[in-house]
Amino acid sequence: MEYISLFVKSIFVDNMIFAYFLGMCSYLAVSKNVKTANGLGLAVIFVLFFTLPINWVLNTYVLQPGALKWLGPQFAEVDLSFLSFIVFIAVIAAFVQIVEMIVEKYLPSLYSSLGIFLPLIAVNCSILGGSLFMQQRDFPTLGEPLVYALGSGIGWYLAIVCLAAIREKMSYSNVPAPLKGVGITFITVGLMGMAFMIFMGIQL
Amino acid sequence: MDKKLKETILNPILKGNPITVLILGICSSLAVTVQLKGALVMAISVTLVTGLSSLVCSLLRNSIPMRVRIIVQLVVVAMMVILVDQVLKAGEGTYAIDKQLSVYIGLIITNCIVMGRIEAFALGNKPIPSLLDGLANGVGYGLILIIVAFFRELLGSGTLFGLRVLPAAYVPNNLVILPPFALILLGCIIWAHRAWDKDLQEK
Repeated sequence: MEYISLFVKSIFVDNMIFAYFLGMCSYLAVSKNVKTANGLGLAVIFVLFFTLPINWVLNTYVLQPGALKWLGPQFAEVDLSFLSFIVFIAVIAAFVQIVEMIVEKYLPSLYSSLGIFLPLIAVNCSILGGSLFMQQRDFPTLGEPLVYALGSGIGWYLAIVCLAAIREKMSYSNVPAPLKGVGITFITVGLMGMAFMIFMGIQL
Repeated sequence: MDKKLKETILNPILKGNPITVLILGICSSLAVTVQLKGALVMAISVTLVTGLSSLVCSLLRNSIPMRVRIIVQLVVVAMMVILVDQVLKAGEGTYAIDKQLSVYIGLIITNCIVMGRIEAFALGNKPIPSLLDGLANGVGYGLILIIVAFFRELLGSGTLFGLRVLPAAYVPNNLVILPPFALILLGCIIWAHRAWDKDLQEK
């Protein structure tokens, strides 16, 4: 039950885009049509789902204050949490690089549709943001980070596909010249954010 | 000062502003603009990180293999961000602000401005112009951050830097504090900027 609550919350209430503005740069740049938005969204779900639990394991058993207790009692005082940024980003960048190589070698058809987005994802804020929120929330077991990663990824996917659909339709409308392109997109995202706010305060 | 260097410094502040023109670094810029104090700290942090990582990457530019350059750049940037974060945590007055900015200090690592300037400028230029370019882009970013934060703090809580400016009879507008308003406000700033400078309009 807690898992379902966390899952729904991370999709709608704590939506990466509308509540925290994470991954905004690629969100705005790659949402011109639904097909590419779909590719990037799926890639984000995939990378988030694997890197976040890996980072949880590292955080719990290596980085947290006292996390190195399993090495011996003399390590109980060690606090490596200042290294967490560099460890998290290294895990993400390495994972993205490895996945890119594997997909390129064994799944060429997937690579041609997803491949160009993979390097972009290493610097997508929502991936690192997910890991940092995970650290802040202190999830007790491995189950929570898995559910949280899946939920946040789906939330991001939902947001980018919705925006791409709106932008496809909007290209036919008559927007004032200075507002064309990015300006109107920002306002659209703002209005979508307001719509998503109806989920706030939902208790499951 | 020669003309090219001047261009390097002035261009990112207005004509090639990283936020309103290049649309980079939006991720962290919107969330930290509820109050001016946080926005100012964020602006200074980003300026320092962008400048210093551009400098380091420019010094390393001839020895980084092209294929792994993203990871090398990320490590350099992450190191700078850790330094900034530790300094903020250590300062007496800044510790509370560091807590308030929460994950967004860490997210400077993936701030597109930092990576973008390294890729676009620092890898092909000498260290000193790279440093200036990084700093100038940080200032251009900070400028927009301060403008957004000014309106959000003024209308959202009636204060500036925590001091009450509007009379107590003013009822704070809660919508301004919520995330969607930051997006709409930024959209309006882009609108104003492009209405003023017609070259930037999209076809």
